Amino acid sequence: MTDVNLVTPAIPVPDVIEGRSLWQDAWRRLLRNRAALASLIILGVIAFLSIFGPYALAWSYDQIDWDHVEAVPPSLALKHYLGTDSVGRDLLARTLFGGRVSLTVGLLATGVALFIGVTVGAVSGYLGGKVDQVLMRFVDLMYSVPLTFFVIILMVLFGRNFILMFLAIGSVEWLTMARIVRGQTLTLKHREFMEAARASGGSTVSILLRHVVPNVLGVVIVYVTLTIPQVILLESFLSFLGLGVQEPMTSWGVLINEGAAELEITPRTLIVPAIFMTATLFCFNFLGDGLRDALDPKDR
Amino acid sequence: MPSTRKTADVAGSDTVLDIQGLTVRFETADGEVQAVSDLSLTVAKGECLGIVGESGSGKSQTFMATLGLLADNGRATGKVMFGDADLLTANEATLNSIRGNRAAMVFQDHMTSLTPHMKVGRQLTEVLQRHRGLDAKAALDAVIAMLRRVQIPEPERRAEMYPHELSGGLRQRVMIAMGLLCHPELLIADEPTTALDVTVQALILDLIRDVKDSDNTAVILITHDLGVVAGLADRVAVMYAGRVVELGDVNQIFSEPQHPYTQGLLACSPRLDDALGGKLKTIPGQPPNLQRLPPGCAFAPRCPYVIAACAERPPLRPAAGGGLKACVRDDLASITKAAS
Amino acid sequence: MTAPLLQAPLLQVRDLKVHFPVKTGGLLIGRYQPLHAVDGVSFDLAPGETLGIVGESGCGKSTLGRAVLQLLPATSGAVIWLGQEMTGLSAKEIKAARENMQIVFQDPLASLDPRMTAGDIIAEPLRNYHPELSRAETARRVAELMEQVGLLPGMINRYPHEFSGGQCQRIGIARAMILKPKLVICDEPVSALDVSVRAQVINLLKDLQKAFGLAMLFISHDLAVVRHISDRVLVLYLGKVMELAPRDLLYQAPRHPYTRALMSAVPIPDPALERAKPRIILTGDLPSPLNPPSGCVFRTRCPKATDICAQVEPVRESPAPGHDVWCHHSRD
Ligand SMILES: Nc1ncnc2c1ncn2[C@@H]1O[C@H](COP(=O)(O)OP(=O)(O)OP(=O)(O)O)[C@@H](O)[C@H]1O
Ligand code: SF4
Ligand code: SF4
Ligand SMILES: [Mg+2]
Repeated sequence: MTDVNLVTPAIPVPDVIEGRSLWQDAWRRLLRNRAALASLIILGVIAFLSIFGPYALAWSYDQIDWDHVEAVPPSLALKHYLGTDSVGRDLLARTLFGGRVSLTVGLLATGVALFIGVTVGAVSGYLGGKVDQVLMRFVDLMYSVPLTFFVIILMVLFGRNFILMFLAIGSVEWLTMARIVRGQTLTLKHREFMEAARASGGSTVSILLRHVVPNVLGVVIVYVTLTIPQVILLESFLSFLGLGVQEPMTSWGVLINEGAAELEITPRTLIVPAIFMTATLFCFNFLGDGLRDALDPKDR
Repeated sequence: MPSTRKTADVAGSDTVLDIQGLTVRFETADGEVQAVSDLSLTVAKGECLGIVGESGSGKSQTFMATLGLLADNGRATGKVMFGDADLLTANEATLNSIRGNRAAMVFQDHMTSLTPHMKVGRQLTEVLQRHRGLDAKAALDAVIAMLRRVQIPEPERRAEMYPHELSGGLRQRVMIAMGLLCHPELLIADEPTTALDVTVQALILDLIRDVKDSDNTAVILITHDLGVVAGLADRVAVMYAGRVVELGDVNQIFSEPQHPYTQGLLACSPRLDDALGGKLKTIPGQPPNLQRLPPGCAFAPRCPYVIAACAERPPLRPAAGGGLKACVRDDLASITKAAS
Repeated sequence: MTAPLLQAPLLQVRDLKVHFPVKTGGLLIGRYQPLHAVDGVSFDLAPGETLGIVGESGCGKSTLGRAVLQLLPATSGAVIWLGQEMTGLSAKEIKAARENMQIVFQDPLASLDPRMTAGDIIAEPLRNYHPELSRAETARRVAELMEQVGLLPGMINRYPHEFSGGQCQRIGIARAMILKPKLVICDEPVSALDVSVRAQVINLLKDLQKAFGLAMLFISHDLAVVRHISDRVLVLYLGKVMELAPRDLLYQAPRHPYTRALMSAVPIPDPALERAKPRIILTGDLPSPLNPPSGCVFRTRCPKATDICAQVEPVRESPAPGHDVWCHHSRD
């Protein structure tokens, strides 16, 4: 077949090449994106501080400095590096500990939403017919149940439980995710490459994993970056209602709520947790954008 | 009467469109794309100029630039004379008074060039009311007459339909009718039959031929189908990578093509009447990337006759047979004879 | 040319019908009406043979190809693969049969997953049917095939959009060939390609067919291309077979008025011939497959139609061995 060898490569091609997958390529592209890389590092630092910081500090998050039961300004001598809140608890310790709660809730609840939403949306859109009808009616039904009502029912059934809360949030947030994924899958389904996948003997599961999921991921990730902040805020709302974390446990949302009340007396009780939270949200946004671009091979 | 027509490209008294040194550039994220490079062409009254070339060779963009229809990221330089007006420097008002009136374009994609939510009759009468100032009744009569002329059965009923209710062939005829409503001096048909079936294509081509012959309209027929050009064109310009590589009388182009690309193109098109058995002839390689054009002859990477001199860009110059070609070699005829 | 059916047929299609329910009428009181996409098609295909399927857009060519592959359910009729009836097989059995029947699609880029590398795309059928193969062995077979279809093995990590249309089609062809199937259905494989690349891909298909001993169903609206690659040709109109004949007979002595009209409408790239040749002009448009004409479906555009054509559906006539025509007036 000599006369069919008509490749004139514009880019020189090395002789032996290891096959790479989309994921390896995406990772490489992500690391090349400065904003995304910086965000990844900052998020890493915040997570590290939230996890290990509380152990390194002299004061724990629920420990009241009985010598100063009032808002202490930042002081190295007392080891209150960012001061205390109005009842004399160390602000830095509380903020870092709050980060643990907020990040865990944000990531886990979004993870739950992501997993259920993508699975239900992709299956529903790809299989269509009865399965689709049943699943989507269920989604509609869930939409009509108010979140607080849903959480209260869960609490009544299982008792007050920290883990329950993000399960609850996650199981509400997946609804929109499922709808988005289903819509995307429906348009994908009619693309020729899906038919090609069936013709090459792909089973439903392998088609969903190999073709549907990677192709909806770009949109999904953007939605995820919007969901994480939403979940973090929702948590503070639930806590405010007394359904979330309870004193002396805390979270960024709770801290910001408390800080806002004392804005005029001690603005730092608002500013410190707010900075942590905004930095985190910004980073998630940049990271999301970076991931979306990284997952799109057309974007080099 | 192709023999009496000039093949070399000089503007004469009956020239309708005169393109001189047209260059079209697009700004894109990956840098500048030069879609058309230093292109010169003329078309005369009652003449059909065929433009052939592969996808991306700049056929469409040449005439989009001519009518001021380039995308926002595109810039055209050079000169395009239509009557006394230079269309490249003309303002939008002048262009609007020319487009759809004195110069009409029928597009490749006939689905998207009709407004979907408007009855076809309305879309057509609007053209007449705008350009010719006819009242609604007179416009409708003229439209029905034109639809009948392009052989649309039951024109009164079709005028009341929406574009999606018509078949592809009918829609394309509506587009042509729309182009012809104001009796333009120039009709540019960009792949008018590519999306159609052969039996319908034959009808559309007959229609264009009739317009050219009876109205003395200048027609520019853009296509990648050599057979379509053979049936309709008087002169043919072959484009490659944004340049005209050969220009000549239709008979000469098909019987004695001078440029290696034209020769390759003719040799590799399967026909209903060629010898069977063995393989089709091919042109090796693929059309070039306009962002990375080789400095010399753009066809050089695929050309079987390439020599050192091809590293310099060959200008369009007179060739045997009376046409023009952009190739440095004049000894191809003897080589091909020796080979066969 | 393979003489028709000296060997046991690979594929037999018997009176195959594919009807799609289409909603007509108003939004609320609409009803479903069958669209006759493929309406009683029968043919045989011998091993190693190429059957060309021609017809205008919307005549059911692609539907026929997909129904043979069981990508679409048939309404009635039979698809018999290696002596085994395919309709009514379980998903598992269909999957097993498909290992030997693959397809090449019309739109080279759209038929490749934009988020998979060329290497992964070509390897996909192997992964589905032979998950037991080692990574290295899969990679070796992919590289070997890439070379055979004229791609550099070093291109495995590129994504579809980084290839030209012709190269994308080579990837699609490689994917169809990697299982060394017995039958490949080519659905307009060169229509979207440039003239200069089209010939390369046609030659490639012919070479691969010879190398692997494949049978092909070559679906196309381009009669000149079909002539170059087919042993026999089937002409389809509104889901029905009009004429089925060995290639040379069909192109030299077409019997059906529709085949003749089609042939006469194909432009010839030669000004003298093209302008002088007699043409049969068909008036009118393709009727809607929602309510095809009575009797002979071609009668609304047929220059030879008479009264009987509207009343009686033509039956098969065989003017020569292996040459079948469905027309009341094929002998005039
Ligand atoms: N808006 C744009 N931005 C960037 N590049 C463009 C733009 N429009 C067209 N081009 C490029 O200009 C070149 C010439 O395009 P053109 O449409 O004239 O080709 P053509 O010969 O008509 O091809 P076809 O046969 O596919 O219609 C192509 O490479 C095309 O990608
Ligand atoms: S200039 Fe050279 S490379 Fe270009 S067509 Fe002529 S011979 Fe070939
Ligand atoms: S049966 Fe009648 S209508 Fe049909 S093709 Fe023959 S002559 Fe024409
Ligand atoms: Mg074009």
